[in-house]
Amino acid sequence: MCLAIPGKVISIEPGSHEIFRIGVVSFDGINRQVNLAMVPEVKVNDYVLVHVGVAIQTLDEEEAMKTLEYLKEINELNEELGPELEQEERDQEDDVS
Amino acid sequence: MKYLEEFRDEQQVKKLLDEIHKIVTREWHIMEICGGQTHSLVKNGILNLLPGNIIMIHGPGCPVCVTPIGMIDRAVELALKKDVILCSFGDMVRVPGSEMSLLKAKAMGADVRIVYSPLDALKIAADHSDREVVFFAVGFETTAPANALSVVQAKKADIHNYSILTSHVLVPPAMEAILSDEETRIHGFLAAGHVCTIMGSEEYEPISNKYKVPIIITGFEPVDLLHGIKSCVRQLEKGTYLLDNQYKRVVKHEGNKEAKSIIYEIFEIGDREWRGIGMIPSSGYQVRKEYSAFDAMRKFAIKVAEGKENPECMAGQVLKGLKKPHECPLFGNICTPSNPQGAPMVSSEGSCAAYYHFGYESVQKN
Repeated sequence: MCLAIPGKVISIEPGSHEIFRIGVVSFDGINRQVNLAMVPEVKVNDYVLVHVGVAIQTLDEEEAMKTLEYLKEINELNEELGPELEQEERDQEDDVS
Repeated sequence: MKYLEEFRDEQQVKKLLDEIHKIVTREWHIMEICGGQTHSLVKNGILNLLPGNIIMIHGPGCPVCVTPIGMIDRAVELALKKDVILCSFGDMVRVPGSEMSLLKAKAMGADVRIVYSPLDALKIAADHSDREVVFFAVGFETTAPANALSVVQAKKADIHNYSILTSHVLVPPAMEAILSDEETRIHGFLAAGHVCTIMGSEEYEPISNKYKVPIIITGFEPVDLLHGIKSCVRQLEKGTYLLDNQYKRVVKHEGNKEAKSIIYEIFEIGDREWRGIGMIPSSGYQVRKEYSAFDAMRKFAIKVAEGKENPECMAGQVLKGLKKPHECPLFGNICTPSNPQGAPMVSSEGSCAAYYHFGYESVQKN
């Protein structure tokens, strides 16, 4: 029910009033009209999180990359340092999170 | 699809699982609030891959499941009126009421239409000015802005044959109700990511402090879920109880201000009955008096009576995390998705349906 998926904004139409502002959002090539009233700052090519036909947030791509890189770094650290240094690494990780 | 595939990466899943196995030293009970997360945990086989001493408890975060049977009866009653078009999300039409479901009412001639969005229901109202269009507005905080927006748009566009039948529920009061229940044993929570997208993370800090439980705001993909579980286990092992946001790509501290302002334009907080749990004070939204003309409860002078439940159904205990779906005597024999006795078997996000569809044998160690 709270399912929401990210899609890329292809175009934005202003609408007669901000509450009617709509855009076309691509979900991996499948395009749908989406209400953009709740993401006033959104620009074409941004990613938005869409729930029941309404964009409920602009996806923060920088934060997405940070999470992915952070996970990657932890993996690399594990591989490089081996299990004996895990506690130290975990403490470092706590500082990050 | 970008920003989905990366969070479904198999290697990353394996590594996170390895880490969880390494850090856990004793039994922990962690509740995922959201039905979408339950669905993902079961569907992706994660429950079976976690260490045996991490017990995931499935929370009440399925709006279809917690909508009282009396509300479904009123929706059926409205749908059977000749001049009414009753619009609903798909899951809701299959939930059995005391006498029948909305789907059965449709089979009897009622004009029941499944819509993807409340804005689609509003369009139906605009296209049928001679009929009354009622949208069955259920959901958590995630869905409240869209439902409220349909009313804001209806007023702005002078569409007066549109109203909403509201059964909206809120997560934080339910968490407090669960934590206050002496029978429950929950050490940590995964908070529902998309609810927090709207409301922000600020509502949860007082709960983690008051009840001394770590709360991790978590997404829905396998990597997100394991990242959330790992953070929760680490805190539990260390004895800390902090609020931690692991879903920062869509959850801001303050949430979405525009969405919240649309919610508060239309709704105010009121007491709400939860199916299987009972009345929880200040746990739902109701339409403000200023928008009475768009409130189906007032427009059609509806009174919600108590509905008839199957006395053997354990839905209430399942929703509170006291029983697992397969511990119910009705599970899988009398109660199946095609003949659901209780709501968690109806919605694909209900824990009973998730266990039924994906094989409860694979998750019964929990």
